[in-house]
Amino acid sequence: MSIFDGLEKFGDKIAFVCESGEVSYIDFIELSSVISGLVLPRSLVFLVGCNELNCVAAYVGFLRRRVVPLLLNDNISVAQLKNLIDIYLPLYIFICVDKSGEFSGDYEVAGEFGGYILLRRIGGGVGKFSGVGGVELHDDLGLVLTTSGSTGSPRLVRISYKNILTNTESIIDYLKITSSDRAITTMPMAYSYGLSIINTHLKAGASIILTEATLMDRGFWDIFKKYRPNTFGGVPYIFEMLKRLRFGRMDLSFMRYITQAGGKLDGEFVAEFRDICADKGIEFIVMYGQTEATARMAYLPFERTYDKKNSIGVAIPGGKFWLENDDGKIINEPNIAGELIYQGDNVSMGYANNADDLTKADENCGVLRTGDIAQCDVDGYYYIVGRKKRFLKIFGNRVNLDEVDMLLKRAGYDAVATGKDDKLKIFVTKNQIDKIKNLLAEQLKLNPIAFDIELIEQIPRNNAGKILYANLPEI
Amino acid sequence: MSNIEKYDAIFIKSFDVDGSVLGPDLKYQSIPSWDSVGHMSMVAAMEDSFDVMLETEDIIDFSSYDKGKEILSKYGVEF
Repeated sequence: MSIFDGLEKFGDKIAFVCESGEVSYIDFIELSSVISGLVLPRSLVFLVGCNELNCVAAYVGFLRRRVVPLLLNDNISVAQLKNLIDIYLPLYIFICVDKSGEFSGDYEVAGEFGGYILLRRIGGGVGKFSGVGGVELHDDLGLVLTTSGSTGSPRLVRISYKNILTNTESIIDYLKITSSDRAITTMPMAYSYGLSIINTHLKAGASIILTEATLMDRGFWDIFKKYRPNTFGGVPYIFEMLKRLRFGRMDLSFMRYITQAGGKLDGEFVAEFRDICADKGIEFIVMYGQTEATARMAYLPFERTYDKKNSIGVAIPGGKFWLENDDGKIINEPNIAGELIYQGDNVSMGYANNADDLTKADENCGVLRTGDIAQCDVDGYYYIVGRKKRFLKIFGNRVNLDEVDMLLKRAGYDAVATGKDDKLKIFVTKNQIDKIKNLLAEQLKLNPIAFDIELIEQIPRNNAGKILYANLPEI
Repeated sequence: MSNIEKYDAIFIKSFDVDGSVLGPDLKYQSIPSWDSVGHMSMVAAMEDSFDVMLETEDIIDFSSYDKGKEILSKYGVEF
């Protein structure tokens, strides 16, 4: 069953506040049913959208009707989208009107909702596509998400109905979300953290202010002051913005709590926000998660930010952590680093790299190797101290350094990617810095500020041609 | 360096653009690099370079190349 079954019970209560005004749960469910009614259950649909009423209604309607959506950010390039369509062959695409014409060769219009179009594959039902009549989607599969925002990587995370339900209920439990809460969106719907805020608030019968405006828009703060949300979440760079905007001086008397996830916030920064928030009677809650765990795995109770500001906290209700050393043995002593392993009903079914993978059953069986290196203190609180895999978090998005290396290689550069969170460092042997910057900005959909490209004479490699990362210049 | 030269240099560096695009048409979100991330870094560079501390309202209203000059002049930066 879907987490959105029974939302009708909230009746006339306000589900969303958006540009066109307030929308009750009843009206929202009606809109979502009209959209999803045009789509066959157990088919795959690409939902290319943003924090807009029709997009959220489509998402909720699809889950209720057992249609499986792949959520994509609407800033994805047409080339990347076409590549994903060729790999996954969705029967339907839900996309903004402006881009819908790009697919008229293979898809026809099945419906129009505000600025969005529902497209159906021409001759759908014949030949190979994902869903009814084609590649059968696994019965448990409820949702498909990307791991890296909008980089167009074909690797997707398979999420079950049970995953969404258990993670949503767990988050509602530890954040004590009730129908009197009101959140404002600050992250894309296609991003698992952004989506978890929508899921939890709908499930609890709360309200959500939908906006595409960023914290640097006047529009955001106009809506903020007018509708007075009592919570929002943010990835690390959102907190840098809040600091720059003199967050401490703002009137936030109506706020109950603020959450942070999507990358590690420096401990000093946590302390600074804790103090500002405490001053205003707001709880500041640091959390930890991954799309592979639907969204959330850990949280730090607000009162513990005083003595454990560097910690990701403890496992969420229903979840469990342990650490393993390089030999796969469980570490039982405190303050010894090892790979962080999570167990819980929110651990996704596994990855998909092509349409056939959508037929697969659960491969993870509730256990996720996070790839993060952590240690645990005597009180059972966890601390991330490193990463096993080569990836960075940039503005909350995961960037896989091996994929960046491949991308540069394919484009003909002798280059290597490294760096730290929010700063992707590239060493290259030819002076084509501007070209590389443009390529990365276009392909990774990141602000070029994130890139630091440096010319070096030679990339250090061993005899086998393997890159010696330790021999790269210090960064 | 004159104030206008400093001002232009910050735009060119923060948004990774050519000097030719500086003018009345250059606005927040009119180019991909002037997004919320770019805005934050540009404002930080302005504050450092002109040794001022902008009010919240002014940071949000700093939404075009022209508007920015107007805002900085309130803080005594003359162009």
